[in-house]
Amino acid sequence: MRRLLLLALLVPVACAVVVGAAQARQAGTTVNLVAYSTPKPVMQKLISRFGHTSAGNGVSFSQSYGPSGSQARAIAAGQPASIAFLSTGLDIDTIADAGLVGKNWNKAPYSAIAADSVVAFVVRPGNPKHIHGWSDLVKSGIQVVTPNPFSSGSAKWNVLAAYGAARKSGMSDHKAVQFVTKLFKHVVSQDTSGSNAANTFFSGKGDVLITYESEAYSAFAAGKQGKLIVPRPTMLIELPMVALKDATSAAKAFIAYAHAPKQQAIFASNGYRPVVKSVLKRPNLASWAKKYKTGPTFNIRDRLFGGWLKANRIWFDQNTGRMVGIERAVGG
Amino acid sequence: MEASAARAPHFRPREAARAGGRASTAISVGIISTFLTVVVVLPIAALVWESHKSGAHAFWQAVSNPLAVSALKLTFGAAFVVVIVNIVFGTVTAWVLVRDDFPGRSVVNAVIDLPFALPTIVAGLTLLALYGPRSPIGIDVAYTRTAIVLALCFVTLPFVVRTVQPVLLELDTEMEEAARSLGARQTTVFRRIVLPNLLPGILSGAVLALARALGEIGSLVLIAGNIPGHTQVVSVYVLNQIESGDPSGAAAVAVVLLGASFVLLLAVGALRFFVTRYERG
Repeated sequence: MRRLLLLALLVPVACAVVVGAAQARQAGTTVNLVAYSTPKPVMQKLISRFGHTSAGNGVSFSQSYGPSGSQARAIAAGQPASIAFLSTGLDIDTIADAGLVGKNWNKAPYSAIAADSVVAFVVRPGNPKHIHGWSDLVKSGIQVVTPNPFSSGSAKWNVLAAYGAARKSGMSDHKAVQFVTKLFKHVVSQDTSGSNAANTFFSGKGDVLITYESEAYSAFAAGKQGKLIVPRPTMLIELPMVALKDATSAAKAFIAYAHAPKQQAIFASNGYRPVVKSVLKRPNLASWAKKYKTGPTFNIRDRLFGGWLKANRIWFDQNTGRMVGIERAVGG
Repeated sequence: MEASAARAPHFRPREAARAGGRASTAISVGIISTFLTVVVVLPIAALVWESHKSGAHAFWQAVSNPLAVSALKLTFGAAFVVVIVNIVFGTVTAWVLVRDDFPGRSVVNAVIDLPFALPTIVAGLTLLALYGPRSPIGIDVAYTRTAIVLALCFVTLPFVVRTVQPVLLELDTEMEEAARSLGARQTTVFRRIVLPNLLPGILSGAVLALARALGEIGSLVLIAGNIPGHTQVVSVYVLNQIESGDPSGAAAVAVVLLGASFVLLLAVGALRFFVTRYERG
């Protein structure tokens, strides 16, 4: 019995030693990429190409993918990271609040955005419910799948896009909030993350999934069945990639590399809208350029929102946010 | 004991042995309390501390949120149903496994523990595939409260079975035979002989199942639907609070869950004390 207790005490110590050794090994030319859940395929292509450049020669990457908000909090709490590639600027702000990136992180080339996307719908093959725009989502009998905006960054884009689209169609602020409330009454599953929501939709629940256009393309690439609808109007999604303050020069070089036209073309052919727009003129990307033609009509800096910090406070504050009232109206 | 040892100085060797025993007891108590402090007491104290960090008003605001209240109600309601189901089916399963001999018994016996070996998120995914919108057997209960109970039954199945089984194995059938030979009917034998013997085991299993059901999250996130006020259990509610940057609010609701669980566990413990009092005489 006593031997067992001794063992119980020794095991955590042994684990700590192993973890410590693993961390020690990461020193030197390792770049720790901490990213949100879905860009793994495109990031792996970029990383393997980077290895063949003079700046990337001999640099090894450790890669971590997970829900954007959780990744941001993990970095803020001390997870080793040299590059953060997250799904909202809000999550970079979380890291900035911990002092790990500069407060004005977006004063960088391309405002520190590596790629864009837009808020889009995925419907069943053949679009049997004839869903084309935002107003179709609140027709009777339509079942919508979107994650819970309190747990998922991607759902925040969805909520703001729905509100923005309603405002752009001429609704007053009050009417537009009512529209979002009505929309959430059609939501049949408020999953905890974007990937769980996709799982729900592709396992057969609901008529429409609200998601990023890029996520829809990665789902299709993984063999999932569905049809992408880019509603008009819709919202621009910007995906920030920043180097942490104490990152090595290799990490900074990688971010510059990701903005080079060749790499932007890789983003474009993987379902992301490039921030270097000129690459869409390349003949081999003509089919993708056509897919990206339906452009976003508003973004987070629009007067409707006033940037992430303001939008987050007004919409997603735990006590006073508009979404709290909407969830109560749905659940009450 | 110690007083009698003091009055009997000629028992020196035994006293020395006892002193050694005391020392080793002190060491093991020390080790256990250190272990429990690190693993249980400190984290719970930190949780309570975190929940009160923003003041009593914020604590009250967090726990009186109607969606938090409905998540707590749903969680305790579902856990209660699951415990009842487990008590009935767990006991029957244990009974069949111990008392009935049938081909494949050892296989069934091994299957009981499988839900423990499966990562709960995989359990959720499997249940979704089986009882979701594309159910191959035509049962679609996903995204309802039924799905929550089903998932919880899946992950808590082994508890009652495994706490009742050893008691049944130890239980002397002579007592039952004696009762029958004295003319007791089968139901009377079960009520007066078998059940009182099994009750402590059943209650132990029920406590474990209850605790597990209250805190479960992995198997529920995919299958519950998580609609606030309808199918959002408290663990998912707390996750949402954390993810939206309100750890104090999350801790407050968790403390309520913890407090209520503690009271419930104490109540079952008291019940267990009550039903086993005849054993201790």
